[in-house]
Amino acid sequence: MEAVGLDVLTWMVDFLSGLFVDPFFAVARRPDKLVQILIQGVSAGVMYSLIALGFVLIFKASGVFNFAQGIMVVFAGLSVVVLIEAGVPAILAIAGAVVVMIVMAFAIERLVLRPLVNQDGIILFMATIGLAFFLEGFGQIIFGADPKPVPVDALMIPDGKIKVLGGLLGKPVRIYELDLTAAGFGALMVAAIIVFLNRTKIGRALRAVADDNQAALSVGIPLRTIWVLVWSLAGIVAIFAGVMWGAQSQAGFSLAVLALKALPVLILGGFTSVPGAIIGGTIIGVGEKLGEFYWRGVMGDGVEQWLGYVIALIVLLVRPQGLFGEKIIERI
Amino acid sequence: MTFKRSALGLIAAAAIVAPTIGAAQAAQDGIYIPLLTYRTGPFADSGTPIANGLNDYFQLLNTRDGGINGVKLIVEECETGYKTDVGVECYERTKTKGAVVYNPYSTGITNAIIPKTPDDKIPVLSMGYGLTPAADGRVFPWVFNMPTTYWSQASVFVKYVAQQEGGFDKLKGKKIGLIHLDHPYGKEPIPTLQKLAGMYGFEFVTYPVPPKTMQDQRSTWEKIDDDAPDWLFMWGWGAMNPTAIKGAIDVDYPMDHFIGVWWSGNESDVRDSGKKAEGYLAGEFHGVGDDWPLFDEIRKYVIGKSPSQTPESMLGETLYNRGIMNAVIVAEAIRTAMGKFGNKVINGEEMRWGLENINLTAARLKELGLEGFTIPIRVSCEDHEGNHPVYLKRWDGSKWVKHSDWISPMRNVVRPLIEAEAKKLAEERHLPIRECK
Amino acid sequence: MIYREAGQFKTSYAADQAIFPILQDRIAVAIMMVVALVVIPMFGSDYFLEIIMINVLFFSLAAIGLNLLTGYTGQISLGTGGFMAVGAVSSYKMAILFPDLNIILIFLLSGLFAAAVGILFGLPSLRIKGFYLAVATLAAQFFLDWLFLRVDWFTNASTAIEGVPRSLFGVTITGPAATPVAKYYVALGFVLVFALIAKNLVRSQVGRAWMAIRDMDIAAEIIGIRPLRTKLLAFAISSFYCGIAGSLMLFLFYDSAEPDLFDINLSFKVLFMIIIGGLGSILGSFLGAAFIVTIPVILTNAPDLLGLPISSELAKHLEFMIFGALIIFFLIVEPHGLARLWQIAKEKLRQWPFPY
Repeated sequence: MEAVGLDVLTWMVDFLSGLFVDPFFAVARRPDKLVQILIQGVSAGVMYSLIALGFVLIFKASGVFNFAQGIMVVFAGLSVVVLIEAGVPAILAIAGAVVVMIVMAFAIERLVLRPLVNQDGIILFMATIGLAFFLEGFGQIIFGADPKPVPVDALMIPDGKIKVLGGLLGKPVRIYELDLTAAGFGALMVAAIIVFLNRTKIGRALRAVADDNQAALSVGIPLRTIWVLVWSLAGIVAIFAGVMWGAQSQAGFSLAVLALKALPVLILGGFTSVPGAIIGGTIIGVGEKLGEFYWRGVMGDGVEQWLGYVIALIVLLVRPQGLFGEKIIERI
Repeated sequence: MTFKRSALGLIAAAAIVAPTIGAAQAAQDGIYIPLLTYRTGPFADSGTPIANGLNDYFQLLNTRDGGINGVKLIVEECETGYKTDVGVECYERTKTKGAVVYNPYSTGITNAIIPKTPDDKIPVLSMGYGLTPAADGRVFPWVFNMPTTYWSQASVFVKYVAQQEGGFDKLKGKKIGLIHLDHPYGKEPIPTLQKLAGMYGFEFVTYPVPPKTMQDQRSTWEKIDDDAPDWLFMWGWGAMNPTAIKGAIDVDYPMDHFIGVWWSGNESDVRDSGKKAEGYLAGEFHGVGDDWPLFDEIRKYVIGKSPSQTPESMLGETLYNRGIMNAVIVAEAIRTAMGKFGNKVINGEEMRWGLENINLTAARLKELGLEGFTIPIRVSCEDHEGNHPVYLKRWDGSKWVKHSDWISPMRNVVRPLIEAEAKKLAEERHLPIRECK
Repeated sequence: MIYREAGQFKTSYAADQAIFPILQDRIAVAIMMVVALVVIPMFGSDYFLEIIMINVLFFSLAAIGLNLLTGYTGQISLGTGGFMAVGAVSSYKMAILFPDLNIILIFLLSGLFAAAVGILFGLPSLRIKGFYLAVATLAAQFFLDWLFLRVDWFTNASTAIEGVPRSLFGVTITGPAATPVAKYYVALGFVLVFALIAKNLVRSQVGRAWMAIRDMDIAAEIIGIRPLRTKLLAFAISSFYCGIAGSLMLFLFYDSAEPDLFDINLSFKVLFMIIIGGLGSILGSFLGAAFIVTIPVILTNAPDLLGLPISSELAKHLEFMIFGALIIFFLIVEPHGLARLWQIAKEKLRQWPFPY
């Protein structure tokens, strides 16, 4: 019995030191790696945020937890790629994809949202899963099931890499131009969205709907127009996310599952907060990449599959509405 | 509301009709070959050329020769999307129609249907994939994985590495990595590589890639970059492959030290990376390109004629050729079975005999218009793999070229492992072990 | 006319509290029992039994489990697949470690393991609500997926877990050699017993506490229902059902399965079942399971039956589209599920043929 107790004790010590001590030795050994992983985490976080942003816009204005956001990203990305493959110039291809997403927003509003108005959140959530199924089948008929490479040259997205800080850290750190582009454009897009929400008339109407759609209706804000608008907006964000995600590997329907990566970002940042999506994305991205790399010794590979959720869960235990979510007020 | 009501009524009617589905329809007028294919889903990129290759060869036999020895082949595709539950549904649906053999093209589906085969008396031909211990024909009489298995191939890779390093003794202290799909398929070679690591003193590290996020491998490649293994093997499939090649380019991993399994060596895996992937190696057990008379026949009789869906440019692609090779083995096994049981619609049991007694000689390959396409293939009662050699091919930036000679697997290492694992499975599953004379 | 309860008087409390207080219901249930116990095993083809009936049965069990949690207690969970995996893996492990243990006992014990895990992952529900909780339960799903894939001990270091052959009273009931009829009876037995237990559970004090929490947790707390105990009990019992469903799925259907079969898609599938079937309804769990299991089967077989010359690939895409569209359609027609449709039908039958 004593021997077993000792075994367990050694195991515990090993495990804890693996979790909290060994990573520091690893950092001391290869400081460049730490910087590399941090950069990687931030750029992953940007990607997660891009998907989360679509969720937030829709949830804010229509209270729909849109599970189809992932497939919308694929749909949008593939529209761009297929149009370019067909010989359409890049700018027109993107414009074409915007049209596709707006048409889709109209169709969704007419066929799914309008008949389901005033239903419970979970019913709407389920409807968007049904929508995801529909779009997956429909998209594979239109675009074909095979993943397609994103023509980065035609889109003028740089895909090289820059090596920096070689002298300081012993080994150089790689920065991918693709990530820089994603971060840069992402920042522009977020800024544009924030300005749009806070400074324009439509943006104010949109926030009014998000606050209380009955009250918004009664002061004459057209609910349906607003819905089409946010879904279109989410679709446009999806075009960007689809192209960037696709450029990292290929644009194809298997990308849709990456949308699940955006869910912990959402609960961490709060379902209704645009800055929350960005900051949440960064925290999750950096956290899971660090965990994946430095806890490999004790936990094995693949920690990043669930670490994001655990980080979000811990935050939720302290703040049940997420970091930036609106405070949940219970009334009896 | 009336539309909604009538639609509801329709659905209700469909639900009532449903139980009649699945009634056995025995195919009397031909040999029924179900193909569990996947032209949809995340692995469609790899699944489509295989499905086309299989289909086209059977279609060629039907249109050119009127089937095999005058017996028509009835080929039916069942779309699995690489999903195990759908594959099982396909299996259950098609087995009652008189299926003679299954080619699941998914290790998950293969694993799920292997236990069912002895009772249904239908053989499974998992050509170069599936459950490696099933190569022990005494425990798994109904499963064939000729011409070779993952474990044999892993040993070939180690042998190749030893050749390059200048002998097995030079392997000591080296580090060999395996980047693999975190799925039954990807984990297959691990036992053999661990065993070989112990024997030759090299360090063996694994880098699993979760199937769900296989298109985001950044953290995996950071780990590889940190560990800097001397050689890297890959067991990947579908969209994992091109992403991994890009990952290797990103971290500047030397391409000529990166060897993919035969499922990671399709044109679509490397084409996007083009010149940057030059030097990448992959295992192979059949020819690359379309320099054989058979392909002219396929062009003449099959391409552009329904049900073939093959674009002409696909001919000679690696996975298309693999489909052809699979179909050749099936057809030759049917011929072998007919030699014993007569030119009629054979059943699963007779097909099993045909597979076990197949003898695909070089002369026969020449007759088929495939001279030198692959090595002669024979298996035996206890060995359903046949211990056939494998060669390595190299991506030269625009096409695959043969890189190494045919290398024989280390049978002395692999076979005992197969037998031990088969024995363990036999005990767990209470499988009878048959005698082989 | 057909369905008139006028004139059926209750003379005792026991009669008043019966599960099926109306004569017509009892007759209908009796007929259904005969069909389930005699007609289906006698006349159903192997394909029908294995692909449709057994699937419907174990999915019903999982759906009942999830319905207790989501439909009755109001806690949305997306961890069902993970809890089913706990059941499957623990039953496989027990069957290998203790070859002499009765297989029925193994199934029940695997449910207990799942319940323990369920309690653990139910803890956050005390602070987190709604969609936040739903996403938080995904942590359970992904963690368990990862755990069974990464730790070799659970799968005996092989790539797949098997439903090992076992027999009961001399009849092989699990593993590939068991006949579909034997498997069907095992599944049916479990489902009948546990459906009955669930039905009584939700009519008892426990069930009423759950519903009070669902309808308004603060009010429930004020009238003296302890949220901690009630919510965790719901998680435990729900996971117990899911765990058993998971082991039945492995032992009666797959025979051999890789643990990642129990992934997030399975969770969604079961959630679909209870929403299409009807939240907060035991009958709905059955209807939903039957719907979600049979629709894809019908759609896959439809081109064949109708003789449509479309490729298997296009058929699969259309199947996805129709499945998605059907879900949206049903949600629009009746957001409260098939169980609600059945209720409406009963109302109609009561007045038929002279509605006022």
